[in-house]
Amino acid sequence: MKFWKSWVIANKDFKIFRKKKRIIYSLIIIPLFISIGLPLVISTDKTMSTGDIMVFLNAFSFFYIILAYILPNTLSSYSIIGEKIEHSLEPLLATPLTDGELLFGKTIASFLPCVLMIYLGSVIFMFLTDLITYNNVGQIFLPNWNMAFILLCAVPLSSLLSIELNIIISSKVNDIRTANQLGIILFIPFIAMYMLLVSNIVSLNILNLFVISLALLILDIFFFFLSKTIFHRDKILTKWK
Amino acid sequence: MIVTKNLTRKFGDLTAVDGITLEVKDGEIFGFLGPNGAGKTTTMRMLCCLISKTSGEAQIAGYDIDDPEDSLKIRKIIGLLPENVGLYNDLSAYDNLDFYGKLYECPETQRKENIRHFLELMDLWDKRKVNVGSFSKGMKQKLAIARALIHDPQILFLDEPTANLDPEAAKKVRDFILQLKKEKNTTIFLNTHNLDEAQRVCDKIGIFNTHLLASGTPEELEESVWGEKTIIQVETVSEGIIEALNKLSLLNMVVDNNKITIDVSNGEEENPIIVNAIIEAGGKVQYVNRLSPTLEDAYLKFVRGLD
Ligand SMILES: Nc1ncnc2c1ncn2[C@@H]1O[C@H](COP(=O)(O)OP(=O)(O)OP(=O)(O)O)[C@@H](O)[C@H]1O
Ligand SMILES: [Mg+2]
Repeated sequence: MKFWKSWVIANKDFKIFRKKKRIIYSLIIIPLFISIGLPLVISTDKTMSTGDIMVFLNAFSFFYIILAYILPNTLSSYSIIGEKIEHSLEPLLATPLTDGELLFGKTIASFLPCVLMIYLGSVIFMFLTDLITYNNVGQIFLPNWNMAFILLCAVPLSSLLSIELNIIISSKVNDIRTANQLGIILFIPFIAMYMLLVSNIVSLNILNLFVISLALLILDIFFFFLSKTIFHRDKILTKWK
Repeated sequence: MIVTKNLTRKFGDLTAVDGITLEVKDGEIFGFLGPNGAGKTTTMRMLCCLISKTSGEAQIAGYDIDDPEDSLKIRKIIGLLPENVGLYNDLSAYDNLDFYGKLYECPETQRKENIRHFLELMDLWDKRKVNVGSFSKGMKQKLAIARALIHDPQILFLDEPTANLDPEAAKKVRDFILQLKKEKNTTIFLNTHNLDEAQRVCDKIGIFNTHLLASGTPEELEESVWGEKTIIQVETVSEGIIEALNKLSLLNMVVDNNKITIDVSNGEEENPIIVNAIIEAGGKVQYVNRLSPTLEDAYLKFVRGLD
C-alpha cells in the first residue's frame, strides 16, 4: 500500500471540492450554524436552571456525533458519484493503483475536511458556551471529559461510518441526493439517543459514550469489509450502475 | 508483447469474448476490428487488468494479467485511451495530466516536460489552464490521448482513438501513432471501426466478433477474400465475345451490360490472352482495369460469415 498515492487522489478531490459551491457551503455553514446556534439557544432562555443548562450542554455535545455523521454525506457521495458520472474510474484504475489505495484515498478525501471543520466548529461552540453559561454555571463547563471523548473518539468513528456507507450507497445510485437520504436512515438511532438526552431521560457519561463508540467501531469494521468487497475493480467497471 | 490464449469473458449468460488466441509482437501496431458489441472494449479491459477474465490466459510483456503483483507491473508500462475519455471536467487540462503523471510515478521533471510536450503536440498548450468541462469532444479526446502517453508507455491501448476527431486531427493522431512506433518502438493495440485507418496504420489486423474470425497483415486478409479481378469494358458484348471467352476456361466471369468481370490468378499472363480473344471476336476494348479486394471486402466477408 503506497499511502502517498491515496494522498494524490485525496488532493485531486480537494481541488474539485473547492470548485463546488454546494460542497464548500455545506462544509462551512453546517458546522458554523450548529456551533453558534446551540449556545445561542441557551442564551435566549434566561429562565433555565443550572441543571437544565447542564442537560442541554450534554445533549449538544452529543450532537457533534450526529454532525460528524451528516457532514461527510455531500462530500463522499460526490467524490464517488462524480467519478461515475465522468466515467473517470476506468482510466484511474488503469494506472498502477491498487483498489485499496483508491478506497483509502476516497475515504481521507471526505474524512479530513469534515473532521477538521467539526473540530473548528467545536472550538467555537465551547468558547461561546463557556462565555454564555459561565455566570450561571459558575465554572468553565467545556471542554470536559465527555466532550473530549466525543471529539477524539466518537466523532472520527461516526464520520468514518458515514463515509463507508456513502461509498457503498454511491456504487448503487447515481443521484447524490438519493445517496444522502439513504445514508441518513441508519442514523435514526443516534437521533433518538439525542432526544433522550435533551429530555433528560438518559444522562451522558463516559460509559454511555464508550458503548456508543464501541457500537460505531463495530459498524465501522463491518462496513469497511463490505465496502472493500464492493470496491473491487471488476465490480466497479461492470456492476456499478 | 501481448499474448493471449483462449481468453474468454462472460457476463452472466452472455459470452462477450470467446476464446481468443492472438499474439502482438513488440513494436507492432495491431488493429482490432469488429462490429458494435463484438467485445473489443471488453478484450481491451481484460488486457489492461481492469476486469477479470472468465477463463484462458494472457500475458503482457511476460506478466500475467491475472496475478495481482504482475497486474501492477503491467499497468505501469501500459497506456490506455478508454472508450469514454473520463477526464475531470472540473480540473484544468494541466491538472488532469499532472494528476495522472503522479499516479504513474513519473519523476517531477519528466512529468513537467511530458505534459508540455504532449499538450503542445495536441495543440492544447494555450488552453492548459482552462477547465476541461469547456472543451469540445475532440479536444477532450486529444487530451485523453496525451494522458495515455504521459508516462512514456511501452504498450499503448487505444479504444477508437480517432472517433470524434476532425479529419485533420485524425490524421495527426494517425501520423503520431506511426511516429511512436518508429521512434519508440511502442506496441499499439488499436480498437477501431475505421477500416481505412486500420489499413493505413496497422501491421496486423484481427477481425473479431466474439470470436477471432481472422488475423494477418492487411494484405493477407485482402487476398484471402478472393484473388484479383480484371474488368474489361467493351463497346458491346456480343455472343461471339462470350463464346470466345468461354473457350479460355476462365475461373469465373460475370457480364454486366458492357462490362466483363473476370477472376484471374495471374493477371500479367492472363490479361493479354483475354484481351486478344475479345479483339479477335470483333470486340472493341475501351478500358481494362484491375480490381483487387479491399479490407472492407475482407471485413464484411468475415463478419457476415459469407464465403
Ligand atoms: N458490464 C457489462 N455487463 C453485461 N454485459 C456487458 C458488460 N459490458 C459489456 N457487455 C456486453 O458484452 C458485449 C461486448 O461489449 P463491448 O463493449 O466489449 O463491445 P465493443 O466491441 O467494444 O462494441 P463497440 O464497438 O460498440 O464499442 C456486448 O454484448 C455488451 O452488451
Ligand atoms: Mg467498444
